[in-house]
Amino acid sequence: MPDASVAAPGDSGWRKALLMAPALAWLGLLIVLPHAELAVLSFREQVGPRHYVPSLSHYHEFFHEPEYWHTFVRTAWMSIVATFATLCLAFPIAWVIAKIARGRAAVWLFLACMIPFWISETVRTLGWMILLRETGVLPALLVKLGILAHPVEFLYHDTTILVGLIYNSMLFMIVPLISSLESLDNALIEAAYDLGANGFTVLRKIVIPHAAPGITAGSIIVFMLTLGDYITPTLLGGKDSGWFTEQIYTEFITRFDWGQGAAFGFLLLVLSTLIVVAGLKLTGQRFGDVMGRT
Amino acid sequence: MIPSLPRPAWLRVATALYVAAFLGFLFLPLIVVSVFAFNDAPYPAPPWHGFTLDWFFANDPAGRLGMFHDDELMHSIWTSCKVGVWVTLLAVLVGLVNALLLERHEFRGKKLLSILMLVPLVIPGVILGISILAFASQIAQFLNDHFHWYVRFLRPGLPLVVLGQFSYIATIATLTLRARLSRFDRTLEDAALNLGASRAATFRTILLPYLRPALVGTAMMSFLLSFADFNTTLMLVGGNPPLTVLMYGRMHEGATPVLNAVSVFLMAASALLAIALLRRGPRRASA
Repeated sequence: MPDASVAAPGDSGWRKALLMAPALAWLGLLIVLPHAELAVLSFREQVGPRHYVPSLSHYHEFFHEPEYWHTFVRTAWMSIVATFATLCLAFPIAWVIAKIARGRAAVWLFLACMIPFWISETVRTLGWMILLRETGVLPALLVKLGILAHPVEFLYHDTTILVGLIYNSMLFMIVPLISSLESLDNALIEAAYDLGANGFTVLRKIVIPHAAPGITAGSIIVFMLTLGDYITPTLLGGKDSGWFTEQIYTEFITRFDWGQGAAFGFLLLVLSTLIVVAGLKLTGQRFGDVMGRT
Repeated sequence: MIPSLPRPAWLRVATALYVAAFLGFLFLPLIVVSVFAFNDAPYPAPPWHGFTLDWFFANDPAGRLGMFHDDELMHSIWTSCKVGVWVTLLAVLVGLVNALLLERHEFRGKKLLSILMLVPLVIPGVILGISILAFASQIAQFLNDHFHWYVRFLRPGLPLVVLGQFSYIATIATLTLRARLSRFDRTLEDAALNLGASRAATFRTILLPYLRPALVGTAMMSFLLSFADFNTTLMLVGGNPPLTVLMYGRMHEGATPVLNAVSVFLMAASALLAIALLRRGPRRASA
């Protein structure tokens, strides 16, 4: 393999090896081997004290216990809904920042979008809990305004979980959207308009095709974050939120059934990988490009 | 549509209303959290009972305990800081080495390696956590069985938390440092080397100052991400919880306004950090 770097030829061999060592240690010891271990754990069954045989029993268990795969499907479905809703809500804001607001106004608006994400998810979720719980701000306000007769519990509904998930995902959708909208030449929109296209046609034929890479990148990131979220579903959804990450925690930490937990972890990983690959295939993009964009 | 085209009045109004509603949505939870840090009542809920600083400073063992006297809480903040510093050091160092490796060297499998470096970002944090937990236990078990060594840091606890957070924050550090390095003009280094500077001196006087803004930015980001991490940490934590895990536990039990006080404290700290970053901004642009 020819060495294309400009470094002095004599020392580049060991220099390269030295530079490569941290990356290999990091990826090998913290990513590749742990996931191999996870795979081994999930594909074996304990038949005696410290005696294991290869088996699919943990996956079998998953498909035969309705509670497990219900939770799984529910998590996936709600993540898809949350991703789509985030896209719809974030798009107008990204458009305003990229195309309508000028100079300082755009910068301020963008900063305003970023501020909540400087603060940890725990704090943001605390805010939603204070707002929405039965004794919270929103029920009290609605009673005062005469809209409700009695305070109502707004926590522990699926909609509440969705609101929390959308809230947490906003920035990760807005940033890639802005960067893809900014590169859209206004002249194209003007031309379409001059040729008689209405707003909807411009959006469908010009804006969305151009913004597709940003939409894909944002959706993939938001979907993965939502799928892997833990705080928001468990706190806003309560004890029976039915989120798959909670299931994994229960198996691993509470029940200490690592084999089952590992199988769940793998299923979640497969699901998120499949959706990412499907998203990339659908829009004909490559993984490296999408991740580089964010 | 865009400003250069005629926009009907209703569209302008609708846009303005939407932006206002959106900002309300973004800031309402934060405002509510802050307001109830100062409410003179034992629960963070309406109605308003008057202003107090008790949730920060009270020190009544039988009654209210403000955040600064809540030892468990203060200890968890300290734990978060320690973890954050370690993660930051590791991530910046490894990120820098990775950036140098990927930008300046060609080798077999480079493409594979650079894609593999992105992978930690797409693995859910919970799974990073359990896989590292399982692997570490496996090694600990092996060492115990074969050598009768008991290796404490491979059991759930802060060292594993640091490694778990580092496993994906390193990706972000690598990406940002590599982006900065790719815009570096190599002829500056060649000039220094031609003029007789040693490799070490060139690195110290040319490359490092150039990378400094990116290094500082990466360090701040790494620290912030580490401080806010929950998913990975939850799986690896031992008996010494960082702040996010402690707060989560208390929120499950039923929150007191002390958590609001901590939140206000965190917001103030984040704001200071943000201002520091923004003040750095102009210099970075001119560099």
